[in-house]
Formats: sequence, C-alpha cells, structure tokens
Amino acid sequence: MIDIRNVTKKYYMGEIELEVLKGVTIKVGEGEFVSIIGPSGSGKSTLMNILGCLDLPTTGEYYLDGKEISTYNENSLARIRNEKIGFIFQKFNLLSKLNAYENVELPLIYRGVKSRERKIKVEEALYSVGLTDRMHHRPTELSGGQQQRVAIARALVGDPAVLLADEPTGNLDTKSGNEVLKILDNLNGQGKTILVITHDIEVAERSNMQITIRDGLIIDRKVN
Amino acid sequence: MNMSLKNTLKMALKSILANKMRTLLTMLGIIIGVFSVIVMVSLGQGATADVTESIEDMGSNLLSLSIFDSSVDFDNENIEELAFVEGVEKISPSISKNATVKYGTESEDSLSVLGVNEEYAEIQNYAVLYGRFINPIDVDFRNKVAVIGYDTADTLFGDISPIDSEISVNGEKYTVVGVLEEKESSMMGNNNEIVIIPFTTGMRQFKSESIGSVVIQGNAEYGSENTQENIEEYLLEIYEDEDSYKIFNQEELLSTLNEITATLTLMLGGIAGISLIVGGIGIMNIMLVTVSERTREIGIRKAIGARRSNILTQFLIESSVISCLGGLVGIGLGIGATNIISNMMDIKSVINLEVITIAFGFSLFVGIFFGMYPANKASKLKPVDALRYE
Repeated sequence: MIDIRNVTKKYYMGEIELEVLKGVTIKVGEGEFVSIIGPSGSGKSTLMNILGCLDLPTTGEYYLDGKEISTYNENSLARIRNEKIGFIFQKFNLLSKLNAYENVELPLIYRGVKSRERKIKVEEALYSVGLTDRMHHRPTELSGGQQQRVAIARALVGDPAVLLADEPTGNLDTKSGNEVLKILDNLNGQGKTILVITHDIEVAERSNMQITIRDGLIIDRKVN
Repeated sequence: MNMSLKNTLKMALKSILANKMRTLLTMLGIIIGVFSVIVMVSLGQGATADVTESIEDMGSNLLSLSIFDSSVDFDNENIEELAFVEGVEKISPSISKNATVKYGTESEDSLSVLGVNEEYAEIQNYAVLYGRFINPIDVDFRNKVAVIGYDTADTLFGDISPIDSEISVNGEKYTVVGVLEEKESSMMGNNNEIVIIPFTTGMRQFKSESIGSVVIQGNAEYGSENTQENIEEYLLEIYEDEDSYKIFNQEELLSTLNEITATLTLMLGGIAGISLIVGGIGIMNIMLVTVSERTREIGIRKAIGARRSNILTQFLIESSVISCLGGLVGIGLGIGATNIISNMMDIKSVINLEVITIAFGFSLFVGIFFGMYPANKASKLKPVDALRYE
C-alpha cells in the first residue's frame, strides 16, 4: 500500500542546510496498523507530510498504491490527497464556519461527487462515528472528542486507501482519546490501512507495528 | 474531479455572509463608484438632450442673418433675391420692436412685436391655434393684421375670442386674425408673449427703411454649411465687407454644444469612474486580509484535495460577488437618486441601458481584476506551510 524507499528531506534556512530525513524506508501493507513514534524534532511530522502528499521528498521514491508519486505535479497530488488519503490531525482542522455535515462533505465536493450521492456518503460516515445527531452543529458547538470524530468522518467519507493520523489524541482527554482510538481500531478491523504518528506509547502499542524514528533515521521496528 | 460552479458560488456566498459588516464596507466603495457614474452620466446626458431639444425647437435647419451696416438698405427685394439662393428653402424678415399693445382697458407694455412674412411660422415652428397666420396678401398690401401669442391672447382677452377684435400697437389699430399655439419657451425668452404683424406694415409704422434681421430655413439635404456659404457670397457682393453682417448657423451651434456636453459628461463619468477603481483597491485590500486570515483554512482545503484552481476560483468568485452586489446596489441607488434630483431640481435626465451596462461591467471587471492578486496568492500557498499557520 505504502512503500517509501530511502526518502530524504532537506530544508534550507538561508545558507544552512537542514537534513530532517536521512533516508527512511517504510513499507505498509494493506490492512496494517502502523505507528511511528519519536520525540519532537525527530522528523516524524515531516515524514507524515511526505506520506500525506502534502510535501515531496528531496530524494527517494514513494509508491502509493503501486504508483510512484514523488514526481507528481501539484494538481495530481491534490487528487491523490483527495482520493487516496484521509487525514486526521491533532488539532482536528475542521472549518469553523461550516457545520459537521458540510465539513465532511467538503472532500466529496472537491471530487465532484453529485449532491444526492454526497448526502448518502456523508450521513453514512457520520453514522459510523456515532454523530448522526450532531450533523448540523458547528465545530464550536462540539466537544473535542466529537470534533475529532467529525474529522475522522471527513477522512473516511472518500473511502481512502490510507488513513493518516497525526497525534489524533494529542488534544483530547483520556476518555475521548480512547473513544477515538477505539474507532481507529474498529476501522482497522474492517480492513482499513492506518498510519498513526504519535509520541504516546499507549497509542503505539495498539498497532501491528511500531516504528521508532530519531534524528531523521529509523532506529527501531517492533512488531506487536 | 472538478467541483461545480454552483458549489463554488455557494461556498463564496457563505464566507461573504460570515463577515457581513466587512463585506458591506468593502462593497461601499463599489456602490459609491457605480452610483456616481450613473448619476453623473445620466444628468450630463439629460443636459445634452435638454440643450439639443431647445435649440431644435427654434426650427430645423435654421440660419439667421443679422445686418449691421445701415448705409445700404436691405429690403424686400433682397429677401426675394435671397429666396433664390441655392439651399434656401424658406425665408422671412424678422423685424423686432417693443411696443405697447392695448385691447380695451387691458394693456401690455414693451411687448415684443415682430414683423414677418407668411413663411415665418414654418421656419420657427409656430403653429396656429385659432384663425390664420399672416398671408402674402397681408404683406403685399401692408394690411394691419396681427397674429398674437398664446400668453398674450390670455392676458389681453382672457376668455373672449380675440379673432376679429381690434388691438392697438403703439396707437395704431390692428385686426387680430390668429392666435398661436402654445410653444415651449426657449433660452431666447418667452415665445408666447408676442404680436406678429406683416413686416411691410411694421416697417412703415416703425419707419424703418432696412430689414435688420432675417430667418432662413435651409435645405436639409443641401447642407446648412453650403447654404451659409452661398448666402455669404450674396451678401459680400452687396456690402463688400464681412463685418457688415453675421450669419448664425443653428446646426453648427448644435454640434458645438453637443461636443462640449459630451466631453463634459465623459469627464464627469471618468471622475466618477476613478472612485470605482478606488473601490476596487478596497476589495483587493480586504481580500488580502482575508487570505492571510484564512491561511489555515486554505491549508485544510488543500489537504483534503482542493486544487489550486479550486482555491483561485473560490477567492475570485468572492471578490466578484462583492463587486457585483455592490454594482447592483449602486445601480439601484443611482437610478433612484437621478430621478429624485431631476424631479426636485426640474432638470432633465437620461438613464440609458448603455451606461448601466458599462457601469456594471466595469464593477465586475474591477472585482475580478483586483481579486486576481489575492486569489492567486491564496492558491499558491503550500499546504504544509498553510497548515502550520496559526
């Protein structure tokens, strides 16, 4: 499903060259639940951006669903993000002016799905995260856990190949954090490929494989 | 994968409505711009139409001739000769005097008395309401008959029919044979307070040997300029001095006036148009603020699959919707204000579709043009950077 080979990422801050990723190789098969852990500054966010096609690697190859995408242009990447990847962010990243339904609908609008079909899919996605009764509430009217569940529904609605979660429980209390993790577990049980970035060991231990990254290099792979 | 225009429009409307006060203030620039363009141009065109109408009311293809040199008499013979000059359709002397006119106990001081021939009515667009106009026999026999203006008939006779009554002009008795229809007053004065008599009779009563003023209707096809040249040629032969006479050409005056008013209208419209540009800069300013405020939103949208073009159109449509709405409101207010002003100040206004279309089109253009830069800036944001933005 995901296959990155020897990926590096360099940033330039004026004259100074900063190598954040120094050759990372990760393979995630279909239906796997992989977690990437590491302290802050280890390069895991950069890795997440590259895996999520928000950024391109400096060198190395990235095969997503069998296609080499590290040479794709901006529009093709937008399409990949829309169709193949579902994002779950630490800060939820919902649009505050739109209600839950409209937030979940957005990826389908960008995909050009017809309105009737959108309605079915959006309602299905919100049902799967247990928020049917909160459909017309705005993010500000929802609790953190509910907001994150809306975000999960938004990630799911387009039926992506991979769910990418960046510290999905980072802004939540334990109870709603556990709810969110349970949803992720269930989704994995239904065969979704999930990749979680976290520094929370408890979260990492739920996954099939734990990859530890430090200073831009993978230092440990552990199968749970 | 392409979202429909309808959805983009809905999205744009939503974010415009989310900031009502700001949108309204931004729109104000466009509203004022469109408003002033429409008011200025409509009133300007109204003034043009007004001037044109009042000049055309004096008669069409009108040429009038004034003779200053009194050493050579200009008389009926000259008039008859002038009638044969090429381009001259109709010709009438126009001897003007102020006189006291009486009917019974009613009296009017310094009323304008005009000595003319039978062609005068047609040259100057006068129509007869009752009775008849001066005829050639009156001129030939120096009949003491008079045709009076609408207002004069009213003041001297009131409800009584003036026809066949006798009035006195500076003591001489005249029989009223006709009353003129009411005519709109021109800038030359009131056309309805007037007594018209045969010029031959007039010349005898006022003891003038020479005709000082002549009105001529030129042939439209032949062209008033050519007619004017022919008349000048004839006059130069008699007087041998160009300063002895003066020909006033209505068409020439009309085109000069039209040129002036058109230029003025254009200038006023242009000045008003500048405020539209200023309004456009206002839109650009706000859109730039919006873009940086919504950097995170743009990042989120891109992360879930918005393309550059989606973001670009979203922001462009937002700025165009603002300017379009502003344009529509401006048109409404402009038409309203134009009507109110022209009613209150009793001036003519011409609101034509052309001006409205141009003003609206320009406001739309301003919205798109000044929205382009912010929209482009928004669409070029990198998703990673935009998401990191707080």
